[in-house]
Amino acid sequence: MSEATAPAKRPGLAVWLPLGLFAGFLALVFVGLYWPADREVSSAFIGKPLPAFDLPPASDERPGLATTVFKQAGKPRLLNVFASWCVPCAVEAPQLAALAKQGVEIDGVAIRDRKEDVARFLGQYGNPFARIGKDDLSQVQLAIGSSGVPETFVVDGKGIIRYQHIGDIRPEDVPLIMRKLAEAGQ
Amino acid sequence: MRGLLLALLAFFAISAPLAAQDMLPPAPYAYKQLADPKQEAKAQALMETLRCLKCQSQSIADSDAPMAGDMRHQVRTRIAAGEDPEAIRQWLIERYGDYVSYTPQVKPLTWPLFAAPLLFLALAAFLLRGRFRRGKRA
Repeated sequence: MSEATAPAKRPGLAVWLPLGLFAGFLALVFVGLYWPADREVSSAFIGKPLPAFDLPPASDERPGLATTVFKQAGKPRLLNVFASWCVPCAVEAPQLAALAKQGVEIDGVAIRDRKEDVARFLGQYGNPFARIGKDDLSQVQLAIGSSGVPETFVVDGKGIIRYQHIGDIRPEDVPLIMRKLAEAGQ
Repeated sequence: MRGLLLALLAFFAISAPLAAQDMLPPAPYAYKQLADPKQEAKAQALMETLRCLKCQSQSIADSDAPMAGDMRHQVRTRIAAGEDPEAIRQWLIERYGDYVSYTPQVKPLTWPLFAAPLLFLALAAFLLRGRFRRGKRA
């Protein structure tokens, strides 16, 4: 019995240290679980002029897409990066149609797509585009800092990229896009 | 039961897999090396330090995502045209931010990354100086 000979030291605060560490670790786990990190890579090209490009048409019904269209537009336009093989692009089609109906001019860039597939896609989900460029090597996508499909850029009347929407446009996103277009038009 | 199994089998045989990938062949220089081994070595070194934006813990040298293939094509054609690898990295950082590069650059935000090892070394030297002195005396 050591207690009899030498009175045991009262445990100090250090005793709680492992439990505290464990609690801290748990807190970290739960933060990671409930507020997962944002893994989207947003373009660093917002506020910069659209780089020069000239894409051939991706559809027989619409002309191709060149930067000059945006520089001479005089009013903001949407640049929609899409593909016929992209499932969320089909999901956002009604929202693009609604935007087009409100008078928004939308140009498309079809990523790694075949003309026949684009035609099938437009036939099935509607064609809200004024022009559609064919980007077989993702060159325009890389040039504007887009990291996937679908993505939608608000480009003002002078050809400056003003806003980037990553992922499909949901019905609840439409007012935001309209607001960004209005801001870009001021 | 057998009927159900057969029906399931038929279903999986007939139903086409959901096409969530494009049908185009890979970019010309996605999987083809440059003819000049020196240029290819430069391109390879750069591609190993660029992040694939689709599969974010892989480098574009490592990834089979079509977008990574297009990025490799871009890197190889630019190197073949005589562009400096660091200029290409800078071009991508301008568009995607620092995240696209696996090689950290010295910037106001990242300098502690480079300074910390030096600080720790200095601290270690400071803490150990007594030991060395005592060693000499003994």
